[in-house]
Amino acid sequence: MVTKELNPTKPAPHPIGDSVPRIDAQEKVTGAAIYTDDFQFGPGLLYARIKRSPHPHALIKSIDVSKARKLPGVKAVVTGADFPGYLGLYLQDRHIFCRDRVRYVGDPIAGVAAVSEEIAEQALELIDVEYELLGVVGDPEYGASPEAPLLHPDLDKYACVPFIFPEAHTNISNHFKIRKGDVDSAWGDCAAIIERSYRIPHIQHVPIEPHVAIARAEQDGKVTLWSSTQSPFAQRNLIAKALGISQSDVRVIGHLVGGGFGSKAGVTMEALVVAIATKLPGQPIKLRLTREEEFVASFVRQGLVSHMKMGCDKDGKLLAIEFAYYWDGGAYTEYGVNVARAGGYSGSGPYEIPNIKIDSCCVYTNHPVSGPMRGFGHPEIHAGIEQCIDELAREISIDAVKFRKLNCIKDGSTLATGGIMHPTGLSTCIDKAAQAIDWGRKAPPSAPNKRRGKGIAIMWKAPAMPPNAGSSAWVELTEDGKVNVGVGGQEIGQGTFTVAAQMAAAALGVPASWVRVAYPVDTKYSPYEWQTVASRLTWSMGNAIAAAARDARQQILTLVAQAWNEDINDLDIVDGNVISYKTEESHSLKDLAIYGLPKPDGKGWIGGPIVGRGSFMPTYITGLDPETGQGERAAVHYTTGAQAIELEVDLDTGRVEILRAVAAFDVGKAINPEAVRTQMEGGLVQGISTALFEQLQLKDGFVQNPSLVDYRIATSVDVPAKLETIIVEVPQDDGPWGARGIGEHAMVPTIPAIANAIYDAIGIRPGEPPFSSERVYLAMVDAGIVE
Amino acid sequence: MATHQIYLTVNNSPEVVLVPSHMTLLQMLREKLALTGTKNGCAAGECGACTVILNGEAVNSCMVLAVECDGAQVTTIEGLAHDNLLDPVQAAIIDQSGVQCGFCTPGVLISSRALLDRQPNPTEEEIKEALLGNLCRCTGYTRLVDAVKDAARRQAQTMV
Repeated sequence: MVTKELNPTKPAPHPIGDSVPRIDAQEKVTGAAIYTDDFQFGPGLLYARIKRSPHPHALIKSIDVSKARKLPGVKAVVTGADFPGYLGLYLQDRHIFCRDRVRYVGDPIAGVAAVSEEIAEQALELIDVEYELLGVVGDPEYGASPEAPLLHPDLDKYACVPFIFPEAHTNISNHFKIRKGDVDSAWGDCAAIIERSYRIPHIQHVPIEPHVAIARAEQDGKVTLWSSTQSPFAQRNLIAKALGISQSDVRVIGHLVGGGFGSKAGVTMEALVVAIATKLPGQPIKLRLTREEEFVASFVRQGLVSHMKMGCDKDGKLLAIEFAYYWDGGAYTEYGVNVARAGGYSGSGPYEIPNIKIDSCCVYTNHPVSGPMRGFGHPEIHAGIEQCIDELAREISIDAVKFRKLNCIKDGSTLATGGIMHPTGLSTCIDKAAQAIDWGRKAPPSAPNKRRGKGIAIMWKAPAMPPNAGSSAWVELTEDGKVNVGVGGQEIGQGTFTVAAQMAAAALGVPASWVRVAYPVDTKYSPYEWQTVASRLTWSMGNAIAAAARDARQQILTLVAQAWNEDINDLDIVDGNVISYKTEESHSLKDLAIYGLPKPDGKGWIGGPIVGRGSFMPTYITGLDPETGQGERAAVHYTTGAQAIELEVDLDTGRVEILRAVAAFDVGKAINPEAVRTQMEGGLVQGISTALFEQLQLKDGFVQNPSLVDYRIATSVDVPAKLETIIVEVPQDDGPWGARGIGEHAMVPTIPAIANAIYDAIGIRPGEPPFSSERVYLAMVDAGIVE
Repeated sequence: MATHQIYLTVNNSPEVVLVPSHMTLLQMLREKLALTGTKNGCAAGECGACTVILNGEAVNSCMVLAVECDGAQVTTIEGLAHDNLLDPVQAAIIDQSGVQCGFCTPGVLISSRALLDRQPNPTEEEIKEALLGNLCRCTGYTRLVDAVKDAARRQAQTMV
């Protein structure tokens, strides 16, 4: 047996489950951290600006760029005529620059590169465009109707992945269906039925770092792109396709990302600057979006109209649901079609229900492009589901917590898609959240003009991705025996590099502090990663890292077994030392990491530089039947959780003040508990912000509030006085050390938890979020609660 | 385009800079002095990512013209640590897990430092008030408030 004598110093804590400090913290607090806009290109750098559509829907009759080209300082002006290719992750429905039609206010028409941003901006004014205005679609239900003008008459000709179902000659870019059991006859068995409709407005991600990208093309056609992105590899693939060049000729370098939340997934504005760069070989060109462009011309979260019918028997058992989701996908659908799909196959919410009919339609509208946002459709669907559940529980006179526990998915439950639920701690999350908020006990309000209430909401979410999205990693040792890990996932604030280091350390057998992560991610040198989205890195990239570290470990142990003439099964790596359980010999990794070991007979050397490799891709995702949405396994796994809120409503002003907020999530295994808690906290406050303050105000396709003054997000004074996070750990069978993701989930149930608490306080539902003071006050006036 | 030669002190270092009339302090720091720790989040005085200490007060550097800074004392995020020793606000924000994407972090730390310079023992309300102009989309602010409290304690201990 190995005893402590082999390692006289105190062993480092096991890297898994230890809240090690973030490995990027030091550089971030000193200003040394490099973000994309910080990278220096010297005085030859050119600047790009984009001419954008002033109309929500119009045909382009002519574009005249001759005057702009003549402006001194202008180096290039490009239009859609130069770039016939298509862009699109799932459905290729847009050109880099518009060619014959504009579909939203902000649609890119032309690009200018000049010696300064000011001159590029002046040149935009000199571009003359003639339009023929078309009818505007400003609502997804109208957009889905036969009367609506078509945004994409060529929809049936677009290239599309096999699991997305556009409907030709309509504005429906994807129609996902679930048909399970017999809904129509189930209603007759219900003791209580409710029907409700909900609207969720467009919001924006508001990363504090705006989108920025720099591109340089070479004479031989190769392209380098520096971008603030969650998806360096997807950008390589999609931009190469759109420009008709080889993926291996596109290099994408992704520095630290100053907030993503989905807005920097896939391709937003990066193809624009790459396209311009191809006309000016050898010259780097930078494109920065203004804050106004962030709101109108990057990605926004899709709006949603949902119609819900839900029924249960006399004991409160859910019998049937019939849901229709109309997603306001905006003018193009980089991700919208898959939001509709994910919101469809998880569209029942985390409940076991025998009879289900769901139609989830992504609809083109003349609104800004809807991208993915933290939660990927799930905050939107849960906003309605979890209010319906509360109302149905009330209707059948069962406590809201008890009703949820009765119906929620459990280990072995049959899912809406026909698959079977894996072990989950959802019931535990419900219990713990309820307990923490003192469920069932009502405290008196803090003042006579206030009303106090509590609400709860639960959630589930799976990583929404293609069935074969992969990850890879490498692990190499340096001269000092320490470890360098290569990954292709991006650090967007969630702490993934720190968790990557912990997992490599654990799998290899070294302290977490020994591991460095190779960044910035560079598609030329970093291993492939599909994208930093879907809360999938801890799980998917984690599996690749663990495999790479185990591979390195195997190489080391094989080498030492040979050099020491021992059985490999007697060897281990503990705290950075190779040890033999048999001979109790110990060897530091630094003595063998690069130069190998002498042969036992002393004649020469064996071994060499250690490089481990690993990759991971789920192989068990089956397709779903296009007509019924039924299949063996729709998603890899579900993270589940619950949030509970206590709040007060001010009867004089309508102001909602969150007093206490509790979040409990089953993360499988918390690799870094502090990182998990900070995700839960940050997500909860972002959820509160979307519930109380945020809405992209659109009028006839025009964004009315594209600034941080008119579009308010939560500030330091809006945070609840008490914020509690609870980690539940029911291991995931295919997750590294049992882990699954938590990034997005943290804001999924917040809107309905607050809406339910407002109902508990004042007896009415506030309608469409945000539940602003004005909206709540007017709702109270309408209901006669105040005069 | 008119340019002006200005003299100022940035992070205790004297600087002479040639600046166009319309150049902001933010642009001057990032583009003329390569101090890229100060971030540009909106260029409209709304997000606080570009906060610096100008003559003892936290300001949005995107709202100040560089020519106005002739003779000024400016502290940026690069000037907080001394002799390889982190400022208490920097050490505390790491220990309180207040760093996520890091883009608002420089502005938050500068606002925190300016607060502790004028009020070494702030109340929670004063801290929240001081950070009101610094938008953060990741942390939910609680860890940032905790960090300022922690920094105040550390600062008090080192001053004893």
